Amino acid sequence: MAEKEKVTIVVFSGELDKALASFNIATTAAGMGMDVTMFFTFWGLNVIKKNRGPLKSKGLMRKMLNWMNRGGSQRLPLSKFHMFGLGTWMMKKLMGEERMLSLEDSIAMAKRLGVKFIACTNSIGVMGLGEDAFIPEVDGFAGAATFLGEARKGTVNLFV
Amino acid sequence: MEADAVLDCMGLYCPMPIIETTDKIKELEVGQVLEVIADDKGIVTDMPAWCESTGHEFLGIEEKDGEYRVYVRKKIEQ
Repeated sequence: MAEKEKVTIVVFSGELDKALASFNIATTAAGMGMDVTMFFTFWGLNVIKKNRGPLKSKGLMRKMLNWMNRGGSQRLPLSKFHMFGLGTWMMKKLMGEERMLSLEDSIAMAKRLGVKFIACTNSIGVMGLGEDAFIPEVDGFAGAATFLGEARKGTVNLFV
Repeated sequence: MEADAVLDCMGLYCPMPIIETTDKIKELEVGQVLEVIADDKGIVTDMPAWCESTGHEFLGIEEKDGEYRVYVRKKIEQ
C-alpha cells in the first residue's frame, strides 16, 4: 500500500459526548489503516488529565481554576443534559447496557491501535499544570506548529 | 458462502465491528475469507469503506432478520 493517510483531530472540548465522538473516529480511522494524531487543547486537556490525585499548580487563580476545572476522563460532563451529574450517570449506564465502549476503554483502544496523543503546551502553561497532571498515554507536548505540520499532510482534519 | 474464520459482532455498535475485524483479519492468511456477523446496520456501508481503505476485498453481505453476514477476503499482509 502507498504511504498511510494521515488524520488529525483537535480535541478542544472537555465534554464526555464530544470526547467519545472524537475517539470513535480516531479508533475507526486507525482501524482503517490511517495514521492518527489527536491534539488536546484547552478544555480538551480535561480528557487526558489523570483521574486520581491532586493536580499541582501555582498561584491562587490557577489553583481555583484547576479546582473548578479538575477534569479526568471519569469526571467529564455531557454537553447537554448533564443535570448535575444525573444525566451523565444515566448516559453511562445506558451505554454500558448497550455494550458501548466507555471513554476509558476508548482511550486504551486508541492507544493499542497506535493513535498518537499530543497535549498543547500553550494551554498547559496558562493553566499552570505540569506534565505529571496527564495520563502516561500522552506521547508528547507540543504547540500549534506541530499540529499544522501534521494537518497539512492530513487528508482528514477535524476540530471537536 | 464458505468462510475460513467467523467473527461474531452481534450486539456491538459502530465502531466495534470494524475494530474487531481489524484485529481478526491479522489471524488469517492472504486469500482466506472472514465472515463477520453483526446486527448493527452501519456495517452495510462501513465494511465496504473499510475494505476500500485497507485494501482487502469486499465479497458481499447476506441479510436475514436483521442479522448481517459480511464476507471479506484478506488481500494483503499488514
